[in-house]
Amino acid sequence: MMAARILRRALPVARQARSYADVVSTGPQMSFTFASPTKVFFKEASVKQVDVPTLNGVFGILPAHVPTLQVLRPGVVTIFNDDGSATKYFVSSGTITVNADSSVQLLVEEAATLDQLDIDAAKANLEQAQSEMSVISDEAGRAAAQISLEAHESIVKALA
Amino acid sequence: MFARTSALVFSPQCGQVRNMATLKDITIRLKSIKNIQKITKSMKMVAAAKYARAERALKPSRVYGAGALALYEKADIQIDEEKVKKHLIIGVSSDRGLCGAVHSNVGRAIKKQIALSGLGTEVMVINVGDKLRTLLKRTHQKHILLSCKEVGRKPPSFGDASVVATEVLNLGYEFDKASVIFNRFKSVISYNTVSKPLFSPETVGNAESMSVYDDIDADVLRNYQEFAMVNIIYMAMKESTTAEQSARMTAMDSASKNASEMIDKLTLTFNRTRQAVITKELIEIISGAAAL
Repeated sequence: MMAARILRRALPVARQARSYADVVSTGPQMSFTFASPTKVFFKEASVKQVDVPTLNGVFGILPAHVPTLQVLRPGVVTIFNDDGSATKYFVSSGTITVNADSSVQLLVEEAATLDQLDIDAAKANLEQAQSEMSVISDEAGRAAAQISLEAHESIVKALA
Repeated sequence: MFARTSALVFSPQCGQVRNMATLKDITIRLKSIKNIQKITKSMKMVAAAKYARAERALKPSRVYGAGALALYEKADIQIDEEKVKKHLIIGVSSDRGLCGAVHSNVGRAIKKQIALSGLGTEVMVINVGDKLRTLLKRTHQKHILLSCKEVGRKPPSFGDASVVATEVLNLGYEFDKASVIFNRFKSVISYNTVSKPLFSPETVGNAESMSVYDDIDADVLRNYQEFAMVNIIYMAMKESTTAEQSARMTAMDSASKNASEMIDKLTLTFNRTRQAVITKELIEIISGAAAL
């Protein structure tokens, strides 16, 4: 009798045991792949947010972002991991694809972490590009100088 | 009468007539086969070193290539086979031989594609690699649009792939459908010949599943497609070199093994011949002495 009462008292306690609520997932997680031809930075990783510089401006991509295709311009890509830390890479060019199932493929031609870039060399190259712009007159040369100019401007801006 | 004798003189000797190979002939043959074995052994080691390097570089390129193809797989872009008027095939291989069936596999796949295409379709081929050009130029000369040389000497880089893609785009060939045919590396002893599709900006823009994608204009799409073309060619070149080096490794390995078998057999023949020569000399001496 005592044993039964003890058991009866024990059982409801077990049923009322509290635990933390599960992490509420707001839909599909982002499967983020970030790679250059020679190196893989992220492969189908789960991250919170990715900021990319595109020809149409800087996009912040979160999970369940509307599908889109974008072409990148030289600039800084910032990746916000699930644990809150952020990693920055400077990218030269490439494309980003956001699919309907929330998978994101960021393919770049060249990528470097900011500490791999030398600000003095970047400033020197920027000045050289600016002087080239005023000297070169043919179309293709001007386009190449223009690209060089924009790329170095964004490197200097990123490192400042 | 004269005619009959001359006929007898010129009649061929029937049956297997083989002169006893002299020691000198066998020695020469043995030396040359030993040299060949040394060469194939060293070629195998060189190929093994290049293969190890290529396989290490293949890992990130595979992720990169999979990322490039992801859009087409997820959006499931289909091509209406009826409406294909122009088909572009990019065959990826290399310049160098002695690597087994690597080049002929790609060449056969290209020929099959050309044969399978309908009568109204124009198929043009771009060769990356001199071996493909030699394979196709005799029978399918009118299908060749562009040939690339100096492939396979150094490991392929993204710059090489972009050079190829730039030339293809500069040709201005408006294709409805394009495929890249290459050897996909599976393991050290095996590879598959596969064909990966490339789409023109119009096909991608008009595909139904692409309406889901936001904010796409013709310019962005064209840039995107050009970049995708370079990516896929890059992936194909990377896989192709790895498959080629592993095939060369196995080919040189079996060549060395065959050479050592031949050396064993020839050495036995050499010893037998040597003993026969000694025996003959002894007999001559003994019968000469006996005659005295």
